Amino acid sequence: MQAEVSDVTRRIPGRDGAPPPPLAGEVKTARGQISRMLGAASLLTLALAAAPAHAFIAYVSNEKSNTVTVIDTDSWTVTKTIKVGQRPRGIDFTRDGKFVMVAVGDDDTIQVIDAKTQSVVDSLPSGPDPELFAQDAAGKILYVANENDNTVTVIDLEKRSRLGDIQVGVEPEGMTISPDGKTLINTSETTNMAHFIDTSSRQIVANVLVDARPRFAEFKHDASEVWVSSEIGGTVSVIDPKKHEVIGKVTFEIPGLRKEAIQPVGIGMTKDDKTAFVALGPANRIAVVDVASRKVTKYLLVGQRVWHMAFTPDEKYLLTTNGVSNDVSVIDVAAQKVIKTIQVGELPWGITIAP
Amino acid sequence: MIRWLAGLIGFALAATSALAAEPALIGVGYLGVTGARSTLSLVDQPAENDGVAGARLAIEDNNTTGKFLGQRFTLEERRIKEGEDPVQAATALAEKNGFIITDLPADALLKVSDALRDRGTLLFNAGAIDERLREADCRGNVIHTAPTRAMLADALGQYLVWKKWSRWLLVVGSHDEDKLFADALRRTATRFGAKIVQEKTFEDKGGARRTDSGVTLIQRQMPVFTQGAPAYDVLVAADESEVFGAYLPYRTWDPRPVAGSAGLVPRSWDASQDQWGAIQMQNRFMKLNSRRMTALDMQAWTAARMIGEATSRTNSGDVKKVTDFIKGPDFSVAAFKGTRLTLRDWNLQLRQPILLVDGRMVVSVSPQEGFLHQVSELDTLGYDRPESKCKLK
Repeated sequence: MQAEVSDVTRRIPGRDGAPPPPLAGEVKTARGQISRMLGAASLLTLALAAAPAHAFIAYVSNEKSNTVTVIDTDSWTVTKTIKVGQRPRGIDFTRDGKFVMVAVGDDDTIQVIDAKTQSVVDSLPSGPDPELFAQDAAGKILYVANENDNTVTVIDLEKRSRLGDIQVGVEPEGMTISPDGKTLINTSETTNMAHFIDTSSRQIVANVLVDARPRFAEFKHDASEVWVSSEIGGTVSVIDPKKHEVIGKVTFEIPGLRKEAIQPVGIGMTKDDKTAFVALGPANRIAVVDVASRKVTKYLLVGQRVWHMAFTPDEKYLLTTNGVSNDVSVIDVAAQKVIKTIQVGELPWGITIAP
Repeated sequence: MIRWLAGLIGFALAATSALAAEPALIGVGYLGVTGARSTLSLVDQPAENDGVAGARLAIEDNNTTGKFLGQRFTLEERRIKEGEDPVQAATALAEKNGFIITDLPADALLKVSDALRDRGTLLFNAGAIDERLREADCRGNVIHTAPTRAMLADALGQYLVWKKWSRWLLVVGSHDEDKLFADALRRTATRFGAKIVQEKTFEDKGGARRTDSGVTLIQRQMPVFTQGAPAYDVLVAADESEVFGAYLPYRTWDPRPVAGSAGLVPRSWDASQDQWGAIQMQNRFMKLNSRRMTALDMQAWTAARMIGEATSRTNSGDVKKVTDFIKGPDFSVAAFKGTRLTLRDWNLQLRQPILLVDGRMVVSVSPQEGFLHQVSELDTLGYDRPESKCKLK
């Protein structure tokens, strides 16, 4: 265990004396690089003018392959496969859209991929075994769930330094921040709670018991509700974030499928807060939920063991990662139909799309 | 309705004030036997704290959760010598602990269960795999987190049949528990359509397990012992007593795989299990105990976690309330096996997937695909409700 600890210390950039390159500021970009970028930008404009719709770039973490797959949402093809560290899972763009952060749990760090060069350029000082993380609205502070030591690590993204740790329940996992940035929600899988953390004091203000193995938390855009999925409990708890109470539950029932096979994980909510999509793991389906009534209106058959999902910024499409079938399903959001399947690496887990 | 609501609010208030006040103490006892049995492989030799180490980790996990709920868990351990009366130790444990996790032989567990029945202590059998504890000798105050021989045999049998290795050469040891495991394997063969082509008994003549030139001799003995068998696909060994099982792989007359007590072994848990988030628990266990986690550790962990799960759901440390909840229809526990674990309400046996392991890796997890059941596929393992002889008292 000692060796592991020193390993983590070594990986923290900036500790060896060299100043860490800033992430958000991007002051160090060379002049030549900027003009090259501008050139690329005008090319892109031309391409966009010709194309019927916006093309977006999706990044998918493949837990078993130790790679990140890059998908072009115009052609729906894989354009690149990036080698990353061990066991990549949680993945997200920085707010400025310049970098992709990917938690590589078995290497005890979060790697940073430059979205331009599509290669790993740096790593962040997360705690041991980072899995999922959330960033504040400004993109300056990152909160990381560290499964191995029951903490949430707070990282300053600009300085790339560790600001502190928050003690939470056993096996912290799901992370989300309230739209006003004041509350961080963390779920702990063995403690079975959603912890409400005040982001300014970094103290837990409330703990809400939910069903077994809570994995993912998602705020409604109007901040009136937090939805927490319970993988083993088989439900999604709807929590009032002011009263810190479970005010309702979404349940799932699929004819011909055992209750045990329904294991909710990822949640995606449309910007108008009308429709939620819930990934049901080994049930191989995405449930379409009417947010107001909390009732399932439709089940969409996707790949096997569906984990997480991401909308394209125009919300036309929803992409889901299907762990066991090693593919990504593309859902037409308006039509509520699966229109495409894209083969990616082994055990695709997380997904993020360029803003 | 109003009264019910008022009660609920009162309860919620009490729970909130409990946060500020002293935490509720929840005592868990652990009763085991001293002295580890001897195994053929030095690698399999159990640690002194086999079992209780798992309970200790679960108590830590419960306390992490408990600090948010105003609950504090303690663990008190007692060991008896083989043949010693377990009732005295159990009664002493029951003084401060409403829950006791046991790793005791069947008869000792029954004595303890009967002695503590009127006290309301809830027992968790983490060690004994005997069928009769869940059948004719079942008890209303004993929850079983250990799987049964029939569950283990069925888990193995489903895989062998799925592999189409359906002709078995059954080799049985001469001790009682070996014979019980052989009974379970025969039942499995009948249920799933495998054929036992021949049975052989391996007599325990009392040889030493540690010798200086053992390998040479075993290499000569085992081929001869397995020579002349009718055509078979897999050798299935029933050797819970650790007399010959581990000597069989690679040494059979015909080149055939070995399963059962050696080779491919059915277990509730294994040090190599890392699926369904298990790696986190394996890491926590290693950090706490400086060794890998065994099936017995897991069975004790699950028992202590069941207690923690019920105390957090009921927001109470009251033994009666917690016991009722665990036995009730809404109880389930997550134990890193890819599905929620629930109790069979007819005999208080924990339903659970069984791992098939080769000592280095998890080869498969049963129930296998295609073994269907109208209630839970986990009930394709072991005795099902209609077959049960248990009448809970």
